[in-house]
Amino acid sequence: MSQTALPAAPSSGVRAPVVNDCSIQVATVNGSGSQTANNTLLRAIFQMGIPVSGKNLFPSNISGLPTWFTIRANKHGYIARRKEIDVLVCMNSDTAVEDVKNAPAGAAVIYDETFGLDKHRSDLVFYPVPFQRLVKECCPEAKLRKLVVNMIYVGIVAHLLEIDVAEIAKALGKAFSTKPKALELNKAAVDAGLAYAKANLVKRDPFKVARMDKTAGKILVDGNSASALGCMFAGVTVVTWYPITPSSSLCETLIDYMKEHRIDPDTGKATFAIVQAEDELAAIGMAIGAGWAGARSMTSTAGPGISLMNEFIGLGYYAEVPTVIFDVQRTGPSTGLPTRTMQGDVLKTAYASHGDCKHPCLYPDSIGEAYEFAMAAFDLAEALQTPVFVLTDLDLGMNLWMSEPFAYPEQAIARGKVLDDAGVAAMKDWGRYKDVDGDGVPYRTLPGTPGDGKGAYFTRGSGHDEYGRYTESGATYVRNLDRIGRKIDLMKTKGPAPVIDGKGAKVGILAYGTTHWAIVESRDQLKAEKGLATDYCRVRAFPFSDEVRKFVAAHDRVYVVEQNRDAQMLGMLRMEYPELATKMTSVRHYNGLPVDARSVTDEIARLESNPVAGHGAR
Amino acid sequence: MSTSTPAVPPAPAPAAGPKVNRLGLPVTDYQGAKSTLCAGCGHDVITNTIISALWEMGVEPYRVAKMSGIGCSSKTTNYFLNRSWGFNAVHGRMPAVATGALLANRNLISIGVSGDGDTAAIGMGQFVHLLRRNVPMVYLCENNGVYGLTKGQFSPTADYGSKLKSGVVNDLPSVDLCAMAIELGCGFVARSFSADRKQLLQILRAAVAHRGLAFIDVISPCVTFNDHPGSTKSYDYGRANERPIHELGFVPTWEKAADEVDVPAGGSMDVDMPNGGTIKIRKLERDFDPRDKVAALNLLRECHEKKEFLTGLFYVNPQAENFLDLLDLGPAPLATLPSSKVRPSKAVLDQINEELR
Repeated sequence: MSQTALPAAPSSGVRAPVVNDCSIQVATVNGSGSQTANNTLLRAIFQMGIPVSGKNLFPSNISGLPTWFTIRANKHGYIARRKEIDVLVCMNSDTAVEDVKNAPAGAAVIYDETFGLDKHRSDLVFYPVPFQRLVKECCPEAKLRKLVVNMIYVGIVAHLLEIDVAEIAKALGKAFSTKPKALELNKAAVDAGLAYAKANLVKRDPFKVARMDKTAGKILVDGNSASALGCMFAGVTVVTWYPITPSSSLCETLIDYMKEHRIDPDTGKATFAIVQAEDELAAIGMAIGAGWAGARSMTSTAGPGISLMNEFIGLGYYAEVPTVIFDVQRTGPSTGLPTRTMQGDVLKTAYASHGDCKHPCLYPDSIGEAYEFAMAAFDLAEALQTPVFVLTDLDLGMNLWMSEPFAYPEQAIARGKVLDDAGVAAMKDWGRYKDVDGDGVPYRTLPGTPGDGKGAYFTRGSGHDEYGRYTESGATYVRNLDRIGRKIDLMKTKGPAPVIDGKGAKVGILAYGTTHWAIVESRDQLKAEKGLATDYCRVRAFPFSDEVRKFVAAHDRVYVVEQNRDAQMLGMLRMEYPELATKMTSVRHYNGLPVDARSVTDEIARLESNPVAGHGAR
Repeated sequence: MSTSTPAVPPAPAPAAGPKVNRLGLPVTDYQGAKSTLCAGCGHDVITNTIISALWEMGVEPYRVAKMSGIGCSSKTTNYFLNRSWGFNAVHGRMPAVATGALLANRNLISIGVSGDGDTAAIGMGQFVHLLRRNVPMVYLCENNGVYGLTKGQFSPTADYGSKLKSGVVNDLPSVDLCAMAIELGCGFVARSFSADRKQLLQILRAAVAHRGLAFIDVISPCVTFNDHPGSTKSYDYGRANERPIHELGFVPTWEKAADEVDVPAGGSMDVDMPNGGTIKIRKLERDFDPRDKVAALNLLRECHEKKEFLTGLFYVNPQAENFLDLLDLGPAPLATLPSSKVRPSKAVLDQINEELR
């Protein structure tokens, strides 16, 4: 959607209906229980077959600060964030005036009538609602009114947008499936909203929804849950973590799933251990200890946790210990904006720790990949005997996304090169760090392997030879470090290949992770508005596949779009492909909100208007 | 420690061969690489005592995980049990690595060796939480009050008023790791002296039989940086001032004959360990019961006030629930569970998908 395509202001007369293409923003106070109301709206639209996405913009606070929830319904299936808001629901007096001032012309505003918002703008459609009176009437219990009042706006919005009331009821039933009393109370509030709107509000904005068939069979889930499911089906056995936004819900969801599905029916005992550590140092330390002793181990954190884990990550790399680290990225540096999104840890994770380190990293863009890459990460960690990062972000991790259902893994779990006592005996002159197969990946043994200890070895982060013995020999050090480098480079073929779309355009776009959703929409905008055809390469793993180099080489100009200030991925690409450095130009978005297509389109269009000046710039 | 005694009869020693333990292994099977520490280092005595204790206790070498951090003490895990796996991790973080390894394989017999800097300075945070969790392992702190590898700076266990070689006086209070361990729920807390090998051996034998965390603070003089007059962690100071609070010996279940083990004569107190074996304790001058937590803490406070160097088993609670008990794990190591146990069925995924529609 471009800004020029927005409906005209009410003063210009009757506007044609805008069907299945709008963004609804609900402004509330955090801790007021609006999440259930917002999810009810989102789910009802989803159930009507309309592609939808929900983005929660919330403060780092328990209660009392402003929060915004945006629901985007789009018939074309665009689910990236959209900057322009069509329908505002103002429930927070602290932000209402500002929200209204920022709304684009023609937007509809549903608000608490006591806020008196209609005096601030003349080009919006205002729907005042006496929320306090309505909630008093439908909710006899005073202390519940703060929560229940949110369901009244659900009724108002449903009426104005023509959301199917039966779908609202179904969504409510799902939310309160085990709480019949709460269901009744919330249903009454929705009905009160519906009744009020029907009797008192005259529809004057163009936005509405109508049933489609574009969500049939799909699921609605957040990325952290998807990652957690991937871990469970990957056969994770040891999970050690420390709470941090926006990653906590990954492990918390995993705990719930594991308790339900990973109790051994034969013994009634857990087939996993999940430990909340005292800090991220301990979380990664435990994960590395467990990986060393043969568990499929993992931890999950965000940027500040990664910073703390750096020393251990280098140990895992140099001592060659498999483990999986999820980094659900948030806005840094330092504490930064803890509840906002960013692709800010890309560079740091790729080369984390002192000395020469380079780590396999995976960049899922979606629910499906958050799930699949979690499984792939465990196989890669054990295949390569090294820590593997999975980088998602707050936008993917904590927001609800629609997705195809999760597919059951076709591949068996692969545990990599592990020898038992007989295997060690059979291999002539086994050494923990010997490159037997010429691929750089040695054979390992697990502590506690029954036998006479033939496979016992000493693991250390200090200099060691092929047998794990301490050495300060420069030649041995170089030989060992070079072998590790070759091993990590196997990611170029073992990691998920880039997804390349289009062929023959002069201009390429390169992106990764959740930036993908803005790119899909932006490419259509560039084509429609500027006649600019683009090819697209979505990078999914580091070290990069050779296909990435070929893509950059094959285009006159490649715009590397990412969500950080310093063009971190572009920096990595230039380091890997110095000969292609000037072909690539950065497009960045880093205000803490998920990148939107309009920002990308405008920036690429600006750079394209003078491609020589923009050439190779950061 | 999870050392249930296997039903192995004592192996008869071959007529002409070396003496073997109950597994039929000679003590050489418990040795490690040659030490690279300074000649006379207290740590080497501890290493040799660990070898003796594990050999005498008939611990299967393949089950032992030797865990350490960074420092002179942490190097020593390389100097015993060549046929066991070892992990020389990062400075002060051995507790986390050891915990993780035990989560992966609960059948490991974990022996951690750390130092006073590794434990009480950089590693204090992890040590505290290891105690809180009561992770089943033996944890030795080879305590010399100084940093050796970086050439003799004070560590947090240096006594107030003690002197460095250069004459610098420690003006900060010392950390008493034993008192802290008792306070935080550790069920086996002892202090020994590397020059008192006889006592240390018995404490180590008992520690191996303990089901939870066994913490042993061993004063172990640094001959290069802290063995001078004015040091309270020198050989001379230790020999002159060490006062054992009792005599003790550990008798494993299979050692019926008391003459095979050094049991104090007229043992006055027996502490039975859940996995078999008995700690036999003979009182010396004071009437002290190491099963009494308050008495143990009072004793340590008192010796701190009086600047006494007491050694022995300060506290033992063989029944304390350990961290692995709390996790409700099955008997098989998590590390090697087959795919069928760790990947739920397609029906489970179908059900989850359905719930998300």
